[in-house]
This record gives sequence, C-alpha cells and structure tokens, in this order.
Amino acid sequence: MADPTQMVLRTDGLSKKFGALQVTNNVTLALPRGCRHALIGPNGAGKTTLINLITGQLKPDSGKIFLEGQDITGKSVAARVRAGLTRTFQINTLFPDLTPLEAVTLAVCEREGKAGQFWQPLTSHSQAIDEAFETLKSIGLASAATLQTRTLPYGQQRLLEIALALATKPRVLLLDEPAAGVPKDESAALFEVIAALPSDISVLFIEHDMDIVFKFASRIIVLVAGGVLLEAGPDEVRTDPRVREVYLGKAHHV
Amino acid sequence: MSETTHTQTPTVNTARQWLKRQTRWSPFEIVFWLALLLPFFLFPTYLPLASQIAIAALFALSVDLILGYAGIITLGHAMFFGLGAYAAALLAKAGWSEPLTGLLFAGLFAGLIGFISSFMIVRVQHLALLMITLGLGVLTLELANAMSWLTGGTDGLRVPRTWPIFNYFRFDLWGYTSYGYSLAVLFICFLLSRRLVNSSFGLALRGVRENVKRMPAIGSDYRRHLQKVYTISAAMAGLAGALMAQTTSTVALDVLSFTRSADVIVMLVLGGTGRLYGAIVGSIIFLVARDQLAGINPQYWYFWIGLLLMVVVLFMPKGILGFLARLTGKRD
Repeated sequence: MADPTQMVLRTDGLSKKFGALQVTNNVTLALPRGCRHALIGPNGAGKTTLINLITGQLKPDSGKIFLEGQDITGKSVAARVRAGLTRTFQINTLFPDLTPLEAVTLAVCEREGKAGQFWQPLTSHSQAIDEAFETLKSIGLASAATLQTRTLPYGQQRLLEIALALATKPRVLLLDEPAAGVPKDESAALFEVIAALPSDISVLFIEHDMDIVFKFASRIIVLVAGGVLLEAGPDEVRTDPRVREVYLGKAHHV
Repeated sequence: MSETTHTQTPTVNTARQWLKRQTRWSPFEIVFWLALLLPFFLFPTYLPLASQIAIAALFALSVDLILGYAGIITLGHAMFFGLGAYAAALLAKAGWSEPLTGLLFAGLFAGLIGFISSFMIVRVQHLALLMITLGLGVLTLELANAMSWLTGGTDGLRVPRTWPIFNYFRFDLWGYTSYGYSLAVLFICFLLSRRLVNSSFGLALRGVRENVKRMPAIGSDYRRHLQKVYTISAAMAGLAGALMAQTTSTVALDVLSFTRSADVIVMLVLGGTGRLYGAIVGSIIFLVARDQLAGINPQYWYFWIGLLLMVVVLFMPKGILGFLARLTGKRD
C-alpha cells in the first residue's frame, strides 16, 4: 500500500455494536487520493453501518477516523461534509418539492456559508446558481433543472443524489448503492457518470452487481460480518477462495 | 407555468430566469393589497373587525414563517403574541404610550424570549415539538395568571390610550387609524417576510421542511437556521400582540390562551401554508365567518369553522390558495 500520508481518508480500528451484535469489527482502511474503490459484502455485512460511522450518522464504540490526517471522529455530520467528506444515500434522500436547481444551489450556498443570509435575494447569488447549473449539466441533469424533484423519473433522482453530494466539493465521496433500484442497463450509464467524476475526488461505492464492481473499481474491500475480509485488486478478489465461498460462490457470477 | 411550455434543454440563462420568475410580483398581488384598502371606503362600520383581521393575519404570517417554510409545528405561538401584548401594555402603563417605540419594544422582547426558547425547540421534532410548544404556551399563561400584580390576572389590564402615530394620526372611535396602522405594520412585515423567503435563507428553510435528514449531509448546521427563523417569527408574533394592546386598549389573559395558538393554525391551514398570502386569506375567512356566524348563533359558530376546516383539509390539502393556484396551473 502507498505511503499512509497520501491517504485522504483513514479509519483506525473502527468498531460498533448494536446490542450484542458486532456490526463493525475493528475496521482499518485507507482511501488514497482519486481512488475508485468498491465496498462489497453479503447482506448484513455492515456496509451501510460502516458508511454511517465514517460520515458521522453513527458514533463508533471505539476507533478513529482521519480526513487528510485530521482526527474527525468527534465532528458532526455537517462539519465533516464541510471538511470534504460527503455521502449519498441508498434510499433517495432528496427535497421533493424543490427543483434540482434549487436543491443544488442550496448545497452550494451552504458550502459557501451564504445559506443564513436572509436579506439578499437568492437570485443575487448568481455564482452559486451558475455553479449549481453546471454541476447538474455535468452529470446530465440540465434538462431536469427546473422540474420539481418529486416529478423526476427514478433514475434522474439517483443522479440528483450524486449532484447534491458533488455540490459540497467533496474530497471523499461515499456512494451507498448509487444504482439501487435502477434497471441494469441504466445502472451502467450511471456508473459511467461516477467514473467520470473529477479525478481528485476519492470515491468509495457500495454495489451488489459484480460485473459493475469489477469494471469500475480499481480496488475492492470485502466486508464480512462487520470486519474486512480482504482488500485487493479485482483480479485477486475474483480468484480468492474465501471471497468465492462467503460471497461470490452463491451468486455464480465468476 | 414555464415547466410545461419550454421543452428544449434549459441553459444557465433560462435557469437563472426561472429562479427570478419564482419571486416576481404578480398583478394579483397588487390587486390583493389594493383590495385590503376597500374597508375604508366600502365598510367603514367594519373597520374594528378589519383591524382585528390585520392583526390576526400578522400573527398567522409569523406562524407561516416557521410552519409553512421551516416545517416547525407549534401549538404554543400565542405565548409570543401575549408577551408582545403585555410588553406594549405595561410600557404604556408605565407612562410611555408612543405607538412605534412600543411596538419595537414588544417585538424585541418577544424575539428575545423566542431566541431563548429556540434552543429547546430545535432539539425536538414531531409530537415532542408539539408538546414542547404547547407546554411553553401553557407555562407562560399560568405564569401570567400567577403574576396578577403585574398582568392584572383574570381581570386583565386597561391600557392607557395610545398616543397619535407620528404625533398626528389620533386613534379614533371608528377605527380608521387602528386599521390603517395595523394594515401598514402587516404590509411592512409581509415585505420583510417576502424578502426572507426569497433569499438563500428561505431556500434553506424549505430544505429543512422538505428533508431535514439531508441537510447535515449537504453540510448544513440547520439548527442555526431554525433558531434564526424562530426568533424572527416570535418577534413578529410579538408585534401582532402589541398592535392588539395598542388598538383595543385592553389586554386580558386570553392573549396567551391555547385557543389563540390553535386558531392561528386553523387560519393558516384554511388559507394554505408556505405561501405568506395563506395567512392573510385564512385570517379573513376565519374572522369574517366568526363575525357572521356568531351573529346567527353566538354559541355554535365554531361548529361551522370545524366543518369548513374538514372540507378544506380533505379536498384542498394545500389550503384555499393552494387550490386556486392549482386551478390556474401554477406551482402549488
């Protein structure tokens, strides 16, 4: 592995119990700058819990999280986002009555500390609006910019999940099943968008479709029963007998 | 509106224009405000009622800012109305009956209490929020009741007659000055509210209302937004209370009552939440209906309000204005 100081995000012995159940077990991992890593594992392996711990929705029982070398374990979700650690949600967590343009403009205003200003009209923040529109355009949502979010097709709502995260200018982007519920032919297109994200953003995504994982991930972290079973390149994961047994064996994808 | 008419892909310019259009004054609005001047000419005998309506509308407007825009449900907002009323009344009793400074004093006082209670308000949601606001309201009422040496208790306070506005407009028996004064304060507060909801802050409030879970995930300390709007809303409710004290020259415990907190929600739901004008239209309907129905049968007038409320909630879930907006094809 590369020099740990090159790592944008590190976790150190992260553990979490729900009652007697060890949902996260001593997870130590690191994401280098610009990476495209996948997080895989059978249902109930604790993938979403791990993301919740890293982004601060949950507090770990023990262990630490470092972003750019800074200990962020005690910081709030919002503070982590402002420091550059952003996530998307497996289930759409959008603003149904706002248009994508409004929602992304809001995210830009929050990032720039302008969201508390109640005297200037929104339209006076023209840079934020332009940036929001460019963000939407860059992921193919320009045509939906001024439509109410609740009226958008599901696939476009999944893209808006990502657009909202991008508007926070993340260094690390954690994508929790970005293609959840999207038909297989559309999910490949969605991952093309993810692959084309700016190369300085480190991306970790959860995905169940192994074809997509092997195609888009440069490294794969295999999580089983809350702990890291293996972190390796696609070829190694493909051939690892333990992975075949616990995860891939039943799916007959390999 | 625009959504359906232009089919080509928007550019950054059309996107900007779309945002601008959302905040433009419509001719309906100008007509609406001009119509509010009609009571001076057409119904001069109803000016005291019109004044009550303007005050209720200001109170409802303050609740719309938190309920309609930020999604804070409250059953205790009368506490700020009442605090404003008592603040203005006590200042007048202490010998200072100048209306504008009295108004300012009452607004600041209610805003201060609003700011202090906002720390508690932003920690809870849903049922707990209802109970906290209800509890604070009841607490304030009983406190005022217990401090009868100051508040007059159940007997209420007689407020010395308010001095002329700008030392010129005397408060007359027919209510010309009262209505003009209340309407002017309502209009100014409406302009401020309109400015607020059309700002980036207003957008952030709508974000909280639409999905509070997402707000931290886009880096928002949304509780500070909520504290800010709650404080502003409390101050505005205090202004409404002060207007009532100054124009009616009496303040009784009912300014703090639970009924007042509940009625203002009813007005807002009737008119439609989250659109500012819903507060005004709802107050007009509620108070005109009460005036007319109480004339027919003083005991059972609330029966009809209840019926109207159910019809509106069942068939016009976004209130009467939301229903009209849908009829005209506007964004509801």
